[in-house]
Amino acid sequence: MTSLADSSAIGSAPTPAASTAVLDFDRVTLAYGDFTVLHDLSLSVRAGEVVAVMGGSGSGKTTLMRAATGQLAIQSGELKAFGQSLCGIGRVELEKLRQRMGVLFQHGALFTDLDVFENVAFPLREHTRLTNAEIAQKVLHNLDAVGLRAAAHLKLSEVSGGMARRVALARSIVREPQLVFYDEPFAGLDPISMGIAARLIRRLSDKLGCASVVITHDVPESFEIADTVYIVGQGELKASGSPASLAESNDPYVRQFLDGAPDGPVAFDYPMTPAFEQWCRSKGVQP
Amino acid sequence: MLGTIGDFTRRQLVVLGQLARFFVQLLMRSGVLFKRPRLVIQQVHFIGNYSLLIIAVSGLFVGFVLGLQGYYTLNRYGSEEALGLLVALSLVRELGPVITALLFAGRAGTSLTAEIGLMKAGEQLAAMEVMAVDPIRRVLAPRFLGGIIAMPVLAAVFSMVGIIGGWIVGVVLIGIDTGAFWSQMQAGVDVFDDVLNGVIKSVVFGVAVTLIALFEGWQCKPTPEGVSRATTRTVVAGSLVVLGLDFVLTALMFSN
Repeated sequence: MTSLADSSAIGSAPTPAASTAVLDFDRVTLAYGDFTVLHDLSLSVRAGEVVAVMGGSGSGKTTLMRAATGQLAIQSGELKAFGQSLCGIGRVELEKLRQRMGVLFQHGALFTDLDVFENVAFPLREHTRLTNAEIAQKVLHNLDAVGLRAAAHLKLSEVSGGMARRVALARSIVREPQLVFYDEPFAGLDPISMGIAARLIRRLSDKLGCASVVITHDVPESFEIADTVYIVGQGELKASGSPASLAESNDPYVRQFLDGAPDGPVAFDYPMTPAFEQWCRSKGVQP
Repeated sequence: MLGTIGDFTRRQLVVLGQLARFFVQLLMRSGVLFKRPRLVIQQVHFIGNYSLLIIAVSGLFVGFVLGLQGYYTLNRYGSEEALGLLVALSLVRELGPVITALLFAGRAGTSLTAEIGLMKAGEQLAAMEVMAVDPIRRVLAPRFLGGIIAMPVLAAVFSMVGIIGGWIVGVVLIGIDTGAFWSQMQAGVDVFDDVLNGVIKSVVFGVAVTLIALFEGWQCKPTPEGVSRATTRTVVAGSLVVLGLDFVLTALMFSN
């Protein structure tokens, strides 16, 4: 596969507005019902920047992405995408914003009734008036970038889990979005594919000037490509900064997370919730 | 006790309200038929073509049984030649639309519910939303229209094959005069009172069954158990609604 070394495989470079905040969380609280997942979170992503959002399982990383894509309403604070507030936004306006976003879902969310080619072509067929030849060229170009050009004709049932992740990655970037969310982009990938995927994310931001939000708990890959790293946990933002500054950090939480140490401030137990207390009462047991 | 009844009634009203809202959403997005007819044609093929075999085979056997039962009854009154009329009216007015709708609920309805439910479980519908693609317009509306178009065609096939079944039993096996069989049918079946009413019934059943199937898939819990329960509900609710609607439509259409 030569495509990743050849940066032309990604597409033409627009003019990146490097200082523009594409995504802005300002003291945002996110919750499911009465269970607060993240509170008082402030985070900003600029054009051309790769931001890694890290944290343990269940720390609210995907919830953050759901809020940023308008799938989940925030409880308080201010959330803006492309300078427009997502609070109380109308359906039409939200769809316009979403057309400027790309999302790699945690489990791929590929369309099982379509083959590899049509999955990647889907956003183009829905939102552009490109001819079939232009779509084919663009799709094969993006499949080339993830090393799956020759797998374009395969059905989804014929590709492995790792290949499916790469197809989903190609689909998320095929329209050259200005803001891309990658939810666990390295999960299920072999070491070679992982390195390639990481470099592809970096290269996309550099070439297209798009903002990339990488949601992951994979430390080496994300530290290699990220400009800024945010670490969330225990319902709040624990630390943020450049990979180098976090690597030097003496904060016990950061150290435990980065070193994968079993002992430290990170609680292994799932936190107590009002719903659990109510369940305990219904069972006649102590919470 | 009263509280339980009240709670049950409230929940059913909520579901009814959601169903009505869902129906309106589907209607509002049915313009997809004109904008992207290919999506609808694909669904007509998927829903209709794959149901064709079970519909045709069922129609044939129902025609056989109608031929036999009709002959034994008419024979008592010396009116065997009216067998063609009896078979045709039974099928076109009643059995064709109703049995087709029941089979449709079992074959195509369950398939639709499972497909939508599994798409929901696999985050495919959420992915579409995030890609600024309305899943109701892109996925559900074409299936809804496909079901409505396919259902009357399938009912017509059922009736046609059923009549052939009645002819095989009555004319070929029992020996009723073939001219009498067809001429009685031609003279007694009215295009508007019988055929058109049958078509209207099958369209209404198509709307009802497809709507329920899609609604169950759309509302189901995104888990294997949730999809399984939704599929069962599609068959149960779809069949009961078809039978209930059949009574109402028959009363409206065939009462003087």
